[in-house]
Amino acid sequence: MIANMFTPPLVSLASPKSVQALPMKASLRWFFLLVCLVVPGLATAQQQGLEIDIIGGNASALPIAVVPMPYEGGGTPPQTDVAKVVRDDLARSGQFRTLPVEQMVERPTRGGEIQYPTWRQLKQDYLVVGRVLDAGEGGYRVEYELFDVARSERLLGLAMTARASAMRDVAHQMADAIYEKILGVRGAFWTRIAYVTASGTGGAMRYALVVADSDGWNPQVVVRSAEPLLSPAWSPDGRKLAYVSFERGNSSIYIQDIATGARELVSSFRGINSAPSFSPDGRKLALSLSRSGNPEIYVMDLASKQLTQLTNHFGIDTEPTWSADGSTIYFTSDRGGRPQIYQVPSSGGAATRVTFQGNYNATATISPDGKKIAVAQGSGNTYRIALMDSSLGAPRWSTISTGSLDESPSFAPNGSMLIYAAREGGRGVLYAVSADARVRQRLVLADGDVREPAWSPYRSAR
Amino acid sequence: MNSSTRVLLVSLLSVAALAGCSKKVKEQPAPEPAPTPAPTAPVADDGRYGPEDLDTDACLRQRVVYFDFDQDALKPEFQAIVACHAKYLRDRPSSRITLQGHADERGSRAYNQGLGERRGNAVNSALQAAGGSASQLEVVSYGEERPVCTESTESCWAQNRRVEIVYTAR
Repeated sequence: MIANMFTPPLVSLASPKSVQALPMKASLRWFFLLVCLVVPGLATAQQQGLEIDIIGGNASALPIAVVPMPYEGGGTPPQTDVAKVVRDDLARSGQFRTLPVEQMVERPTRGGEIQYPTWRQLKQDYLVVGRVLDAGEGGYRVEYELFDVARSERLLGLAMTARASAMRDVAHQMADAIYEKILGVRGAFWTRIAYVTASGTGGAMRYALVVADSDGWNPQVVVRSAEPLLSPAWSPDGRKLAYVSFERGNSSIYIQDIATGARELVSSFRGINSAPSFSPDGRKLALSLSRSGNPEIYVMDLASKQLTQLTNHFGIDTEPTWSADGSTIYFTSDRGGRPQIYQVPSSGGAATRVTFQGNYNATATISPDGKKIAVAQGSGNTYRIALMDSSLGAPRWSTISTGSLDESPSFAPNGSMLIYAAREGGRGVLYAVSADARVRQRLVLADGDVREPAWSPYRSAR
Repeated sequence: MNSSTRVLLVSLLSVAALAGCSKKVKEQPAPEPAPTPAPTAPVADDGRYGPEDLDTDACLRQRVVYFDFDQDALKPEFQAIVACHAKYLRDRPSSRITLQGHADERGSRAYNQGLGERRGNAVNSALQAAGGSASQLEVVSYGEERPVCTESTESCWAQNRRVEIVYTAR
């Protein structure tokens, strides 16, 4: 049912228009899906549809070859091209330049088969080889190794076992391990995104809150509504989403368990109930309420539901978001005239302004190290994602998106990438962009208008 | 419809509204306390609005107030609409209005919820200043979530920056 509504991200090598022109009739899509299930070759073709849009030169990206990992078992080969998923993940990060498969003159599957001079000649720094074996009961075992080409040295040798339906999860975890081994930074490919879709027009609008893999695959509807849904926010354990729904006529905030569907109404005061954000310890929810007459930032203790008011100003105070250590809440306020980002201690105190460049800054997302803040920055009729980087002291600004109505930036949990919403051809689409803006990928869904993306926390604690 | 046509149309409608309203909005002499009003007798045209006027009166039939970009100030051309709806609220104490505030698509969705509420509040204040009672009025902001026009153009945005006057009790 879900698959019927939301097929995986479609071919977007072509222009958005031709993407929309693809057959959309339900019956055709069912047929297409069935074909995908039956014919692995077609599924592979679809995987190749994800667009990798390299913007500008990327001199510092590390060259890496991820050699195809053949199926060496005796049963049905997996539908997922594991090596390709790894390759796409690494390329999308902006940190790696992946060697196209057609340039791989040799296809080793284990360390002993590697001819290092070949890969040095291909100017590769790193090499990943592997193979897929049977693991019984329809499951697979992927064995893979990572090599430093210059030093002819094995850096990683791991095996992962999973059922057939989890092979993309396996591939994302492989990419995470490779990313971390080489860069020393935890990978965030095995994570998820939440977003809202809208379909239909006028009175027949339908909304859905969806959770998908970080590359847009495996979309699952969490909740559907005939009334607007917005502002999904992840709990720090990745199990729940807080979001705003208009199903009661006015805005109200729910917290829903993704796996069980159980949900709780946590805020339905008079006026606006909006922009929920979980504290890093998961015990509190920051939110914006206009119960006093205009939107103010509050912190709700989730156990007692007790509210603490953090701001008190006649301006619009909204979009609270926590620093990684939980000590500070950043928010959007137009107390100075136009919307800008401010910060306030989460225990209460005076608010201070954070952004001074650009006449419209909203929807802050904070990198895990607290040194980068991305916002939707408006200038005239153009809204783009801008990044304020204070890593080197004085803040340096860069624009990391290229659309005209870009909004809702959300950092990956390792801070290396962001996801944001853009409008193209009258519909909303999602983009993933590396934090250095070098690589951008569009995630196009078959149906409807996509908005309000939120990147999940890591899926396993450390 | 281009924006100049739209502006012209709005102006024409406003003029029509003013013409249609002037009679009813004009201060009525305080009604004589009727000595023995027959409860069943239909009220003659005493200048008070009745529920049917919501469907027939040129001014009352206008239920949308438009705003400038990033603004919540009530524009003068909408005073007439506010005045006739305020009079209706006075004439029909049991009537109730929900003011649905909206914003265009530019900028953050959460911020636009605040902007939609400000616009709703602006119409709310104007209705109360003209005699409507706070107990008859409610403001709900939909932000940019319920556009009437979905193109990314100035004429579309202008149609979406609005407050809709919705009668929940006549």
